[in-house]
Amino acid sequence: MTVVAEARVGPPLWLLAELTYRCPLQCPYCSNPLDYASQQQELSTEQWLDVLRQGRAMGAAQLGFSGGEPLVRQDLPELIAGARDLGYYTNLITSGIGLTEAKVQAFAEAGLDHIQVSFQASDPELNNAVAGSRKAFEQKLAMARAVKAAGYPMVLNFVIHRHNIHQMNDILALCENLDADYVELATCQYYGWAFKNREGLMPSKAQLVQAEQEVNDYRHDLRTRGRPMKVIFVTPDYYEERPKACMNGWGNLFLTVAPDGTALPCHSARLLPIDFPNVQTKSLNDIWYHSPGFNHYRGDSWMPEPCRSCDEKDKDFGGCRCQAYLLTGNADNADPVCSKSPHNDRILAARTAADHATAGLDDLIYRNARNSKLLYRG
Amino acid sequence: MTLEKTPKLRRGFRFQWEPVQQSHVLLYPEGMVKLNGSAGAILAEVDGVRPVHQIIHSLEQQFPEAGPLAADVEAFLADAVQQQWIEWS
Ligand code: SF4
Ligand code: SF4
Repeated sequence: MTVVAEARVGPPLWLLAELTYRCPLQCPYCSNPLDYASQQQELSTEQWLDVLRQGRAMGAAQLGFSGGEPLVRQDLPELIAGARDLGYYTNLITSGIGLTEAKVQAFAEAGLDHIQVSFQASDPELNNAVAGSRKAFEQKLAMARAVKAAGYPMVLNFVIHRHNIHQMNDILALCENLDADYVELATCQYYGWAFKNREGLMPSKAQLVQAEQEVNDYRHDLRTRGRPMKVIFVTPDYYEERPKACMNGWGNLFLTVAPDGTALPCHSARLLPIDFPNVQTKSLNDIWYHSPGFNHYRGDSWMPEPCRSCDEKDKDFGGCRCQAYLLTGNADNADPVCSKSPHNDRILAARTAADHATAGLDDLIYRNARNSKLLYRG
Repeated sequence: MTLEKTPKLRRGFRFQWEPVQQSHVLLYPEGMVKLNGSAGAILAEVDGVRPVHQIIHSLEQQFPEAGPLAADVEAFLADAVQQQWIEWS
């Protein structure tokens, strides 16, 4: 079966290097594992460079440095330079905390192609409350300006949830003011900490409809004013009738390497009851083409009904395995977002809950070592 | 009309050959476009220095069997501007 799978498997064009789980912020929607605090092991500089070499030889062209906060790795300039020499397009995904103008310059000299700075909101008060840090907003503004001044393409990312979804106009105005080239408005995806906090984060349908309207109006406005700023709005799939084609298919394009070297088909797959291989003990090639973990959900022979006999299975691959696992307890099931799923009631219940939610920011469980240890024990 | 203008890749875009994919690609923040043969050949000529008429001339010399290329090149470049891959410098 492995051999059959191999014949059809394309190369991992996209490599995500999660350099560390360490981060000074505490976003309650963080996609890191809930038990991150008990996973402190990190690959060494040499090990990361080796992973990058192997990935590039297999065909990876896009490389993301993320975390955690990748800036806490002191060897980041070295990793960037190594990646650029290999021919990667290098993306740094950062909260901006720990960034300085000098670093922005040094990274440019090392060959970094792009820095994405993430914000929590369009005003300091809400931003800092969500981030769990008092100085975050000012620092982010300063760094966004420094990134632009250094000549990088500017991509700003906002994670959207029920507490900031009313801010679309302000957020987009802020981005325009900072002269952003791309804006990503990414509604929370409910994995990791965001799943724990879903009731407190998920916007209601009415909120979502209004936000979409505001974003569309703003886009129209940008066009009439001749501004090339691109706005991408990722809406939550909990309001769809069909699931997303998660990661473009399991083990199809994306390869994530976690801080300790665990290789994953997506950054949240760690929560699945699957034994994933580690780059410390296996070659990347072996991992991608031959490991049981990566072959687990390739193809469609693993699918139970209703996906098995569904004529849409080539379109969405049955949706997201992590979502199926979190909501139904079995990762083989159809993603419950699908209206054909026998578990679709879980999604409908979440929508109803979102209409009546009253939780404030104080009720969210923030991502920090203390909460991580509590949750892990509990 | 565009013959005198000079196209260049927009900031943050990189054009390169990918041996594994056996094709040219265009890389940009968190994205990648795999280019077909003619798109790759045209973008390989876009250096921010030479204007469109020189690009056409160079391509016609490389591919004499293809005949006149002006219309195709201009159409592709117009589309690439639309896609925000390139801009006029
Ligand atoms: S989501 Fe927030 S807490 Fe999590 S790694 Fe990113 S900045 Fe840190
Ligand atoms: S039944 Fe399965 S394959 Fe069919 S649309 Fe729903 S999730 Fe996709």
